[in-house]
Amino acid sequence: MSAQSAFHASAGDLNAQSLRADARRESLRLLALLSPSLFLVFAIIIVPIGWLFWLSLFDEAGFLSTANYARFFEQASYIKTFVTTFKVAFIVTGACVLLGYPLAYMLSQLPRRAASICLIFVILPFWTSVLVRTYAWLVILQRKGLINSWLIDLGVISQPLSLANNLSGVVIGMTHILLPFLVLPLYASMKTIDGDCLRAGMNLGAGPVATFRQIFFPLSLPGLASGVVIVFVLCLGFFVTPALMGGGKVIMWAMRMEQTTSLYSNWGAGAALGVVLLVVTLALLGLFQWLLGARATGVWSSR
Amino acid sequence: MILSIAPSALPISMRRIEKRFGSVAVLRDLHLDVEAGEFLTLLGPSGSGKTTLLMILAGFVRANAGSIKVGNDEIITTPPHKRNIGMVFQNYALFPHMNVFHNIAFPLKQRGVASAETAERVEKALDLVKLQGLSERRVNQLSGGQRQRVALARAIVFEPRIVLMDEPLSALDKGLREHMQIELRSLHRRLGMTTVYVTHDQREAITMSDRIAVMNGGRIEQLDRPETLYATPQTRFVAGFIGESNFIPVECRNGSVWYEDRRIHTAAPAPASGQHLMVVRPEKLRLLANAEPQSGVNVLNATVGDIIYQGDSFVCYAALRDGLQLTLRDYCRSDVLGRMPAPGQPISLGLDAQDTVLVASD
Repeated sequence: MSAQSAFHASAGDLNAQSLRADARRESLRLLALLSPSLFLVFAIIIVPIGWLFWLSLFDEAGFLSTANYARFFEQASYIKTFVTTFKVAFIVTGACVLLGYPLAYMLSQLPRRAASICLIFVILPFWTSVLVRTYAWLVILQRKGLINSWLIDLGVISQPLSLANNLSGVVIGMTHILLPFLVLPLYASMKTIDGDCLRAGMNLGAGPVATFRQIFFPLSLPGLASGVVIVFVLCLGFFVTPALMGGGKVIMWAMRMEQTTSLYSNWGAGAALGVVLLVVTLALLGLFQWLLGARATGVWSSR
Repeated sequence: MILSIAPSALPISMRRIEKRFGSVAVLRDLHLDVEAGEFLTLLGPSGSGKTTLLMILAGFVRANAGSIKVGNDEIITTPPHKRNIGMVFQNYALFPHMNVFHNIAFPLKQRGVASAETAERVEKALDLVKLQGLSERRVNQLSGGQRQRVALARAIVFEPRIVLMDEPLSALDKGLREHMQIELRSLHRRLGMTTVYVTHDQREAITMSDRIAVMNGGRIEQLDRPETLYATPQTRFVAGFIGESNFIPVECRNGSVWYEDRRIHTAAPAPASGQHLMVVRPEKLRLLANAEPQSGVNVLNATVGDIIYQGDSFVCYAALRDGLQLTLRDYCRSDVLGRMPAPGQPISLGLDAQDTVLVASD
């Protein structure tokens, strides 16, 4: 080894040891700061999910078996529940988009003061208990509820519409409860759209409709995507509203889990339902990420 | 390759433009004529109404009253997308979800230009702003200067008769900004489109413009060629806003101009009477070797306060007998360097009669 390289080595080593030790101490301190939350995550998320998975592997007699999972393919009622859950989730998400997009657009275009007042009306129901709101809808929608009695009094209809205790009741109630979850992220993303971009669109010859379609809408897609994902995933596990407003006719995944565990005390079967819902939800999230993530960040292509 | 984008540039004629925001008048009875193919700059401090005027011209802000004619067409009520005016925004306003090609092709797409012709014209526009080969880049992969060029290409690719620019260079660093000034200027010379440029940077305005409209408080204070504006400002505001100025209070009586008990030689005939301000540019003052009177040269006696050496030039702060502070700037030529005064030393300052400008003392 030449004298020059030895010199370089020693020059590079100035304080290296103590700097390395300093870096190590810093990462240890960070780990110490993180440890309470890491412990919490482990204790209340990782352990219960692991336990759930473990439970799902045992049948009613307490023997290791795949009976709980085989049931999904054998019993038609399970498949029906699965289909119903996704049908409701799709309809509710669609209704939220149809109602929420124009609402978020209006909020984003209003002057700041008016927008914050209107936002309160979006957020206020958000603070009320889901149970209270669901019963309120029941009162409004039932056979002799507000809507039916008004419509009959006005002579619009002769027979009461069946709005509650069926699919439409579930959809109305869930849409109302989940709408803020779509509107808030969408509004936040619409507020970040640069007004000069829209002005530039007009300046370059695009009319108001073309500017909306070619500039505003594509730029609002990331916010729409995150709202849609939140609403859809929340729909899959929704319990209170379908249980109260479905009238026993609309059985969703979470209700089936409740029946299995509290009515039939079959913890293994209930746990298997939970695991399947979790896996399906994660798979969907992955799919959304793959589809919408690329769409939202991808280069705009001209059809 | 020389590409003529504006086959026939059009003049703009603005008459009696009024704009109020609530009770605040932003533009008052404003008249402005921009000649066909001219590079005109609206120059003023913030709040002078220059950006509002540009927004009214582009159609984004509705005036309370007035008329705008482009050629023979009244456009004051035409919506922005039908005005056919190109605009470069301060923050460029490029579409983040499109690549460079689709940004520049956007105006052509709106006009239903066929895709083969679109590709050709986008290519030419990219050529013009020296961005060949970047058409597939995402906007967020571009540097500030490149974004600037894309915004420029997008504003001229559809051959608008008029191009508006709202402080387009303000986000660039100094070196790049000066480079782009020269480039914008030569691009304008080649394409010949009527250009209205907004800036608060007087140096930028002087460098680039055919004419400058100096705005203050919603009015145009003076509209002139840069050299005229600099040499003969008509108001105190214009003299103070463009370049550095010394203001010496003078009195006019019996057809001549007096500073204290000394008669000032002026090139232009003196105003009848009253208090005025004499505008003296720092570089028009000279250090005199001796105080002997020469014909056509005003001599002012002063005391040196400080001298600051700046390499190529020096600045001398001097006080007149009544305490009025003057600034003198000169190049460091050897003849001047040889007799550089020291602080506290009395000096004589020379000012040629043709370099005196009088403005109202308001």
